[in-house]
Amino acid sequence: MSNGPLEIKAISGHAGPVPGRDTSRDYDVCKLVDVTTCIGCKACEVACLEWNGYPFRETVFDNTYQTMPDLAWNYYNLIRFNEHTASDGTFSWLMRKDQCMHCADPGCLRACPADGAIVQYANGIVDFQQENCIGCQYCVTGCPFNIPKFNPETKKVHKCTLCSDRVGVGLEPACIKACPTGCLHFGSKDDMKDLAGRRAQQLREHTAHTNAGVYDPPGVGGTHVIYVLHDISNPEAYGGLPANPRVPWTVKLWKGPLKWLGNLAMFGGLLGVTLHYLRFGPKQVKEDHAEGKS
Amino acid sequence: MSATISRILRYTLNERILHWVAGLTYVYQLLTGLAFYSPHLFWIAVLLGGGPTSRFWHPWAGLLFTVALFWMLEVWRNDMRITDADRAWAKAMPHYIRNEDEDLPPIDRFNYGQKYFFWVMLWAGIIMLISGLALWFPERIPWNLRYLRYLAILLHVSAALISIGAFIIHVYMGTAMVRGGFTSIIRGEVTPAWAKMHHRLWYNRIMGAAPTRR
Ligand code: HEM
Ligand code: SF4
Ligand code: SF4
Repeated sequence: MSNGPLEIKAISGHAGPVPGRDTSRDYDVCKLVDVTTCIGCKACEVACLEWNGYPFRETVFDNTYQTMPDLAWNYYNLIRFNEHTASDGTFSWLMRKDQCMHCADPGCLRACPADGAIVQYANGIVDFQQENCIGCQYCVTGCPFNIPKFNPETKKVHKCTLCSDRVGVGLEPACIKACPTGCLHFGSKDDMKDLAGRRAQQLREHTAHTNAGVYDPPGVGGTHVIYVLHDISNPEAYGGLPANPRVPWTVKLWKGPLKWLGNLAMFGGLLGVTLHYLRFGPKQVKEDHAEGKS
Repeated sequence: MSATISRILRYTLNERILHWVAGLTYVYQLLTGLAFYSPHLFWIAVLLGGGPTSRFWHPWAGLLFTVALFWMLEVWRNDMRITDADRAWAKAMPHYIRNEDEDLPPIDRFNYGQKYFFWVMLWAGIIMLISGLALWFPERIPWNLRYLRYLAILLHVSAALISIGAFIIHVYMGTAMVRGGFTSIIRGEVTPAWAKMHHRLWYNRIMGAAPTRR
């Protein structure tokens, strides 16, 4: 898998080939979610919980095929369910696997003030390091996909790691392994883009989904999780997938020009009062002569 | 003028406590806030007990700071009203800056700059309180109102920066520039000469009434 010293070469007592061996993969990893073949079985949700060691959390039943209303700090991966009526009157269920998109330009990382609380690996994975997190939730504000979730008890924020701990040793993410329909794929970004492109083309040419396309939003520099959608012109229908996500301009303003303006103003202020003191000095009161000026 | 009066009470104990509750909480806010403002200043958070600790206390100290501000408003509301005497003084402010105090029209208990400092801090404090609450509980702001989160962070930082500008001048004047000012906010007292030079109308007012002495 990812090229690294911990790529497994041989496994003792193992029937069959070493998983992932001899597959050509670039350094950039990518998860492809083909929503057109997702049946909403939630195997990936269970695999995610199992791998990350979380118990199943409480939920509410809201008469849909969605496990819970939203992602949670210990629920990284949610199949969003939407009933959709197309303009021609056809009705469908849309299932979309929602999780961190592993943006190439991650708004969470830009916003985070804590040294080392968020890292972006060279393979594209954006990972939160809870031991360095101060719990300010700036990442919540910075993320255009509404992903990071706060644990009020530990005051740490969590989200999908793209199984960096598995990928780092040459395994694929847990959700990929669990998917029974093959709607999830994992590989290099180039391979996944290629595969996604061919699948979208197939849909356009051989099905009624003439608007099918690949979701790899350029506003955040592309993502390391990409979707094949039946209708690329309406990502919002899939449980609010933003049509054109970008790092909020206010976040860029705050972390960029405002910072420099502020630094300039603060240094300017300190310099100003120092110069004033050097030029004019203090106001002293002459005690016996009340009108006195020093 | 009575020759026996050597000290005038400028700030009551209540006012001094008030000032220092506001001052110390502000400094804590300033330091912890700056730690999260710039990675180059993150070490401040480390010194103050670590990132999570600083993050935990910043909003609470902020609440205390705002309480102190409103208490101050309660106590100083009348003293802080800007009058015609202040406007006349403001026109002559360049003299004040150049320490040509004899060219200044007389003023009451606080000068134009002090009053403005108070109002800037009060309004910046209110903005920081409201935006700070949004930063404190971002997940309480629904996703479709998320622009409020974005607005809050800009408002919080901008108000903080404006208050810092005012604060730098305030501290400089209170400690280095206006001699006697710092003792007055610690011990509460000034000399008659100090009062006459800086706040002639106030001096006349309190001396005309019952002269305060300790
Ligand atoms: C009731 C008042 C306040 C509340 C509830 C509040 C709350 C917050 C919160 C939740 C944050 C996010 C991270 C952190 O906790 O440090 C923050 C950041 C900050 N606060 Fe406050 N705050 C208040 C007052 C103040 C005051 C008086 C200052 C004075 C300078 C200040 C300066 C800052 C700064 C500089 C930041 C960092 C901004 C950045 O990351 O760029 N805050 N505040
Ligand atoms: S989706 Fe959100 S949390 Fe994930 S990398 Fe992008 S900005 Fe960060
Ligand atoms: S909550 Fe943690 S990860 Fe998120 S921005 Fe703050 S320090 Fe960074």
